[in-house]
Amino acid sequence: MTRWLGFAILAVLLIGAPFVLSFSQQEIAVFLVINVLIVCSYRLLTLTGEWSLGHFVIVGVGGYASALLSKPTWLPPETAAALGGGLPVPLAMLAGGCVAALVAFVLSFPLFRLKGFYFLIGSFAAGEVIRLLWKKFRDPFGGPKGLKSVEGFPDIQLGDISLPMWDATNYYYLCLIVVGVSLWILYRIERSRIGLTFHALHWQDKLAESVGVNAWRYRMLAFVIASFFAGIAGALMAHYLGTVNPNMFDVEPMVFVLIWVIVGGTATFYGPILGVVTLTVLNEIVLRELGVADQMRHLIYGLLLILAVLFLPKGLESGVERLRARFRRREEGDNRAAQPDAA
Amino acid sequence: MLELILQTSVNAIYAASFMALVAVGLVMIFGVMRVINFAHGELYMLGSYCVVFFYADQQFPILVATCIGLVFVGVTGILMERALFRPLRDNPLGGLIASIGFLLCAQAIISMGFGVRAEHVPPTTQQVINLGIEGVAIPLQRLYVVIAAVLLLGALYVFLRHTRFGWALRACAQDAKAAALQGISLNQTARIAMFIGAALAGTAGALTAPLVRVYPYMGHSVIVTAFIIIIVGGIGSLEGAIVAAILYAFVHTFVTTFADGVIADIVGLLLMLMVLVVRPNGLFGTRERA
Repeated sequence: MTRWLGFAILAVLLIGAPFVLSFSQQEIAVFLVINVLIVCSYRLLTLTGEWSLGHFVIVGVGGYASALLSKPTWLPPETAAALGGGLPVPLAMLAGGCVAALVAFVLSFPLFRLKGFYFLIGSFAAGEVIRLLWKKFRDPFGGPKGLKSVEGFPDIQLGDISLPMWDATNYYYLCLIVVGVSLWILYRIERSRIGLTFHALHWQDKLAESVGVNAWRYRMLAFVIASFFAGIAGALMAHYLGTVNPNMFDVEPMVFVLIWVIVGGTATFYGPILGVVTLTVLNEIVLRELGVADQMRHLIYGLLLILAVLFLPKGLESGVERLRARFRRREEGDNRAAQPDAA
Repeated sequence: MLELILQTSVNAIYAASFMALVAVGLVMIFGVMRVINFAHGELYMLGSYCVVFFYADQQFPILVATCIGLVFVGVTGILMERALFRPLRDNPLGGLIASIGFLLCAQAIISMGFGVRAEHVPPTTQQVINLGIEGVAIPLQRLYVVIAAVLLLGALYVFLRHTRFGWALRACAQDAKAAALQGISLNQTARIAMFIGAALAGTAGALTAPLVRVYPYMGHSVIVTAFIIIIVGGIGSLEGAIVAAILYAFVHTFVTTFADGVIADIVGLLLMLMVLVVRPNGLFGTRERA
């Protein structure tokens, strides 16, 4: 009962959010929702115990693929015309996710020979190679300047009302729906047999293998699924911004994903979401409203990161879990106190 | 053609010596503390800014400025060890994240103090030394870096092989627990390793300050290169780091000269991926250190 009440309150908050936010904050909200999908897909990979540094490049793969498929300027004009000009944007987004998954599938052959720290560095190198290829090849990737004037999301017609998708509020709702569905799927995957196998691989990989789990195949599966949703997130980003370029996907945003996930914690499904929401609200809204200069905000971010690692090593979620445990204990205490009367 | 190849080799030797300084420091820190110091590029950057401040602004002699850079960055390293890596000793991922936090702070502080624009560091000398063959020459400035790298790495070798502190350091790198049982202070050893590692990076930064673009985010490309080198050489192997630095510098410089810079970066990364897949412990790594 309380759970449904909680979801209802959350839904009202999310739907009502754009009405209380200023224009620039609405833009931030769009990216926040997309980032939630990025961190949650990242968490699926970390379930198997592997930490990647190439996840944000996979996001970029989705963005590039979706942009190129929706506007095939790279094909000879006749061929493009014969195919009826690119895919419609929603389909291109799905295709972007699929391409990202495919790239992950191919990468998993060399990468999953590695484990732990070596995987971290290997995934970083693989991502960097992809990023440099975008930078190197002007055709079709547009070189260092990337792709410009990416096809926008088509307006949605609801009866007589047309919802233009360049508008931050409308795009926010679109992202909310796409990300909501994706999170639900990710949650179901985690709760399924497959998800339990991922957990088993993280904590007891030798034992899991000894009872017949193909560790390599399951790691690959986690990587491919995570990359699919990362690709979707990248496509959402590309069609909103209208541009993708190699610099958008270098190490810095990846470091931020890592920070969000670690500050939030990875033991629970909501941990990374908590991390990204808390830090984004703090960084973009509170500090910016206070008029703290850009450099100062980076400094505060860095200090917060250090403090979080030193004093809250299990993430923000551990604080929430502790509160919940205390709350539950008090409830039990009340029940116990009430029981003698009932008897 | 021969001249071009020889000249490129000379350039590669210069690149190798400064990369070796950075990578060896990173390996020292990893060897003793099992922490990947993501902020190593920022230590390099701090070294450069010491030269900017003391040499370009305050008109100190370059040698003094470089020594200040060495000591300042080394002490910064000690502080990092005490404040970040010691409390997080049992949490390797934590150390990595804390060093990322330090990286953000260092970049922010420097760009608040000096601005984000590239600093102008006047060259210390314009002299170019001809190496006997027509068309093959090395600027004296670069030769200084090579000499300093050879001297410092030589001194480090002697220190590690022939002093008690050096033995303690190598013992910790081999097996920290066993070393502690022999009465070696882990804190003391970690402090020394961190000082040396940071000071090497700082010196590299100070020496190359007149030769490269000095700006707050210059550490980024350095750390990427250093990672490639320590993976190729085998994490935790000092000899490996030096050999890999030379190998990488030659490959990168030759590809840059004969093709272009982006391709050179791609080739370098592919080299690293290949080593990772074929020989995950690196060329000189001896055992699993995941």
